[in-house]
Amino acid sequence: MAGPRHISVSEASRPMLPRHTKLKFDETRKVWVILAPERVLAPDEIAVEVLQLCDGVRSVAGIVDDLAAKYAAPRADISADVVAMLQDLADKGFLTEAREKTP
Amino acid sequence: MSDELVETKMTARDPNDGLAVLEKQSTTAEAFGIPLAVLAELTHRCPLQCPYCSNPVELDRASTELTTAEWNKVLSELAEIGVLQVHFSGGEPTARKDLVELVQHASDVGLYTNLITSAVLLTRDKIAALAEAGLCHVQISFQGSEAASADRVAGYRAAHQKKIQAAKWTRELELPLTVNAVMHRQNLHQLPDIIQMAVDLDADRLEVANVQYYGWALKNRAALMPTFAQLEETTCIVEEARERLKGVLTIDYVIPDYYALRPKKCMGGWGRQFFNISPAGKVLPCHAAESITGLQFESVRSNHSIAWIWQNSEAFNRYRGTGWMPEPCRSCEFKEVDFGGCRCQAFALTGDAGNTDPACTLSPLHQQIFKQAEQEAASGSNRFLYRNFAGGTLEPSDDGA
Repeated sequence: MAGPRHISVSEASRPMLPRHTKLKFDETRKVWVILAPERVLAPDEIAVEVLQLCDGVRSVAGIVDDLAAKYAAPRADISADVVAMLQDLADKGFLTEAREKTP
Repeated sequence: MSDELVETKMTARDPNDGLAVLEKQSTTAEAFGIPLAVLAELTHRCPLQCPYCSNPVELDRASTELTTAEWNKVLSELAEIGVLQVHFSGGEPTARKDLVELVQHASDVGLYTNLITSAVLLTRDKIAALAEAGLCHVQISFQGSEAASADRVAGYRAAHQKKIQAAKWTRELELPLTVNAVMHRQNLHQLPDIIQMAVDLDADRLEVANVQYYGWALKNRAALMPTFAQLEETTCIVEEARERLKGVLTIDYVIPDYYALRPKKCMGGWGRQFFNISPAGKVLPCHAAESITGLQFESVRSNHSIAWIWQNSEAFNRYRGTGWMPEPCRSCEFKEVDFGGCRCQAFALTGDAGNTDPACTLSPLHQQIFKQAEQEAASGSNRFLYRNFAGGTLEPSDDGA
């Protein structure tokens, strides 16, 4: 069976894009896009950076650690923003979690 | 850090034109970019005979269809010029033996692929092969929730049962599913059951798409047009279900524009954000555009590139923007909101594609046409004219159901 359709994002989550959602650089328009059924989304730079880290292996906590170090920003702020952004994507059906048995 | 995602607005309301451009909300009517999504009508062949088929009444014969090599070239060209998504449609796209190959090629050149299908020809193996080839999304049309009446609309035995089975396989194979329910006077009472059916099938999206009246549907208008009371009830049912099923099922809702005050922004405006490619390779501003006689449409078989056709061909420029508009559109404050409505509908109902769409209450013809539709809804025959290559076949008896 597929991973859970609707997820609640926390620092423990290991999010990934479901197979029907693709993050891609649009060479014509020079912007990153998320392709989904009947939808094209234009994520901002930070969202793109976060989504590129959502490989189903890394946890949200790990992603937040990386970003907090990279931008020398308060970890709590980064965490709140990342979780909110990912939850928004998950609510729209554009984010899932790695399955239990993923190595 | 921002959690903002700019979502391009889904402007078009027709089930086949849910497309948008990234250059959204352009302030000038003349602005148009390369569409993000293109509808590829692979064939007009179809085992079903739905009386509201959106294909033109003059169907392309199998012998005129683009070959596999021609479609592959088209798909590569679309990807090169900046198209991101391709919707494989028809007719019935699975009637093409090379569908898996075409999906594979589209995936290889980086296109996001969607299959718009009646599903009656699908097997589990075929869906698996399509998924393997990179298919991203499946949309299955349903004629209702009750097998007998749905099969009658489709003019195809056991169609409903086959669709249900194909929808289950689609989800088993982890492909996202949209249920497209085409609604009209004879099946609107099934809507609550159809919504439940979509939930039970684990669909992601449900399109409650009232029939739009051109081509075959216009010929069947008296048999299909809902009453105003039906429509009001439908809207209530959809609103209640949307609230109840938030996070479970997304419901898109398209009303028949006869009962709207303003015409729909058809195709997001002629030549603004949409084109489709017909089975024979014509590049069209909408899938019904060939019904407008007197317009010459360029083909991908011509010496012109698709981008050239989109940007320069006479047919696309004819009704692009607002310069072509007569009164009452020309001075209307909504002219860049709805772009004058639908050219095909204006042609079908007034004989001139350059007229105001009679769906608009500001059209001098609106009252007359609305009244006629209301009368048809109240007293029209339920008998269908089935869609086929022979110009249509009338249903045997009048008490069909």
